Amino acid sequence: MKYNLTHLKELESEAIFIIREVVAQFDNPALLFSGGKDSIVCYHLAKKAFWPAKIPFPLVHVDTGHNFSETIAFRDSLVEKDGAELIVGSVQDSIDQGKVVEETGFNASRNGLQTVTLLETIEKHKFDACMGGARRDEEKARAKERFFSHRDEFGQWDPKNQRPELWNLFNGMKNFGENFRIFPISNWTEMDVWQYILHENIDLPSLYFSHERDVFIREGVIYSDGEFMPKRPEEKIEKRIVRFRTIGDMTCTGAVESPADDLAKIIEEVAATRTTERGTRSDDKRSEAAMEDRKKEGYF
Amino acid sequence: MSDTTGYLDMELLRFTTAGSVDDGKSTLIGRLLYDSKAIFQDQMEAVEKASKRIGGEGEVNLALLTDGLRSEREQGITIDVAYRYFATPKRKFIIADTPGHIQYTRNMVTGASTANLAIILVDARHGLVEQTARHSFIASLLGIKHVIYCINKMDLVEYSQERYEEIKDQLDDFTSKLEINDIRYIPISALFGDNVVDRSKKMDWYGGSTLLYTLETVHIASDANHVDCRFPVQTVIRPQTTEFHDYRGYAGRVAGGVFKKGDEVIVLPSGFSSKIAKIDSFDGEIEEAFPPMSCTLLLEDDIDVSRGDMIVRVNNQPDVSQDHEMMVCWMSTRPLQLNGKYAVKHTSRSARCIIKEIRYKVDINSLHRLEDDKNIKMNDIARITIRTTVPLFTDRYQRNRNTGSIILIDESTNETVGAGMIL
Ligand SMILES: Nc1nc2c(ncn2[C@@H]2O[C@H](COP(=O)(O)OP(=O)(O)OP(=O)(O)O)[C@@H](O)[C@H]2O)c(=O)[nH]1
Ligand SMILES: [Mg+2]
Repeated sequence: MKYNLTHLKELESEAIFIIREVVAQFDNPALLFSGGKDSIVCYHLAKKAFWPAKIPFPLVHVDTGHNFSETIAFRDSLVEKDGAELIVGSVQDSIDQGKVVEETGFNASRNGLQTVTLLETIEKHKFDACMGGARRDEEKARAKERFFSHRDEFGQWDPKNQRPELWNLFNGMKNFGENFRIFPISNWTEMDVWQYILHENIDLPSLYFSHERDVFIREGVIYSDGEFMPKRPEEKIEKRIVRFRTIGDMTCTGAVESPADDLAKIIEEVAATRTTERGTRSDDKRSEAAMEDRKKEGYF
Repeated sequence: MSDTTGYLDMELLRFTTAGSVDDGKSTLIGRLLYDSKAIFQDQMEAVEKASKRIGGEGEVNLALLTDGLRSEREQGITIDVAYRYFATPKRKFIIADTPGHIQYTRNMVTGASTANLAIILVDARHGLVEQTARHSFIASLLGIKHVIYCINKMDLVEYSQERYEEIKDQLDDFTSKLEINDIRYIPISALFGDNVVDRSKKMDWYGGSTLLYTLETVHIASDANHVDCRFPVQTVIRPQTTEFHDYRGYAGRVAGGVFKKGDEVIVLPSGFSSKIAKIDSFDGEIEEAFPPMSCTLLLEDDIDVSRGDMIVRVNNQPDVSQDHEMMVCWMSTRPLQLNGKYAVKHTSRSARCIIKEIRYKVDINSLHRLEDDKNIKMNDIARITIRTTVPLFTDRYQRNRNTGSIILIDESTNETVGAGMIL
């Protein structure tokens, strides 16, 4: 038993190995940073991977313009504290330039438009590898994806023809114009992430912790009130004690009612809960294969 | 699932499923997750809905818990590996549910290459079939130390002990030719859950453990190599700040052995020797570094070390050679080309190689050597020799998976086309 890592240490070690491999194999990598807990954990792992040197790649945030203000504030303070490089791709710019057309109606979301802005940002900065905090336990299409996920020159994923990925030998070779999406924490579960955050004492946006908020209910999902959130006449604003299990764009992220205001309580709640965290994400519920279809088009 | 105490010091077991198409691998994983309460309500509802849509009324199709791609659901087969996770109070598990169809063998190899244990399913009606043999052989080649044969669909053979014993004998006979030390047999019904998590009430004659109990208790701690010190350098860390002005660390993941401060080491290929000045990490100095730990080594002397080099102990060195003999599992629709050139990756080292010789192809069913058949096609297994442009630092695969594995890459498509295990 002496020379045995605990499972969290083993997952950490695997993620650090992959992040270092990315820097060694690619010319121009980036870390996609959403301000959510998974990308914050990836950022923390990247710091560990290169310490005491600085992280040798920029953070890229695709800003839908409909983010929670808490997310943006958190992002900016983290970047400032560590002196990291931040690149923002703006969905609003893509809309203004007429590259995408905004959805309308009550369930309108800019989540799908992100893909266009993401691909544009990748192209503009010539990123050949984008790391992200997606996990295989999140969703059934993600459960199928490799650590090194090859994308063709249109940014598309071909789920039926993925490269074999053997042992810890990652093949990042590619043709001109192609790129990779890389997922260092593929093998982590929601519980692993929370345990790690507790263990490592990692700062998170306040949205994850229980707080009072103006919300309204639509089809059983608790949405935050906000200026981008058109409401039907029957949808009444009320105050509730909530927190968020995942943080995406405001228009597609639902809250859960919860008194958990610290990490230990959140972990207890995660352990007892009977739904997946993406159960609060309306973007996955649009159809049975919503995630697979979005990924094929180049979504994260 | 609901117990978080002790979560921080749990052991991790990676296992894979294998066996022929329709033998019930995905159903078994679904059953294991379902009965160990690792399925969330919204996932279960989605699966119930999809089962109705695809199969009409009747049993919920638990295979849909892992068959997540549109075409998999349409065709009712697994195409690519799905990774699933669950934990019991005893252990944390990473499952790779792999496809049984011969066309997707390469995806099976992907799932199996990182596993400590393989569950090979056998349909009780059919017994040992070609894919059972192929997957057993691949599991043995891949150095998987523990194999559990689950004789599945016992419900379709009236839970017959006779039939079970018959298949067990068949498998015993076949596996005696393989290099797997720990082999076990369990009669199950994945569909109804017999002997998966709960003991079967229909098979009193079976005195052994359930599958879950076996997974929780199989001894895996000694599977890694703690003898031969190997540290492939991934990247060099040079902060070049005032605080860390002269810092020069070699970052990597220990591939074998146990490293300590003060160890006398030699750097390959240069042959320069030095001592370990410090084993460093973000969390502070590390006393002993062992697999699969990621860390940073600092040496006492200022010598030239870069990515692709390997730091090893002076008195225990790997083979340093440009010529390598290996078993290869071929994964491309374009056959292996004798005298063909391929890119290779081995630890953190990249090179090119030429295929010097194809010794023989293995007949999967009889395990005979086909010395006259040199036509190595997709899913074939062959013994070959290659010569690389630069020396590689290797150990036998059966001694160390990390330093004995190699991949071949087609330089025109950049696809990974071969999985090599050094002999
Ligand atoms: N009667 C019976 N049927 C079973 C049992 N296990 C699986 N099946 C059925 O066998 C069929 C194939 O099951 P899958 O789990 O999809 O098989 P698989 O091994 O994952 O197949 P591939 O992944 O495509 O290789 C399904 O119709 C299952 O319901 C069992 O224990 N008893
Ligand atoms: Mg299957």
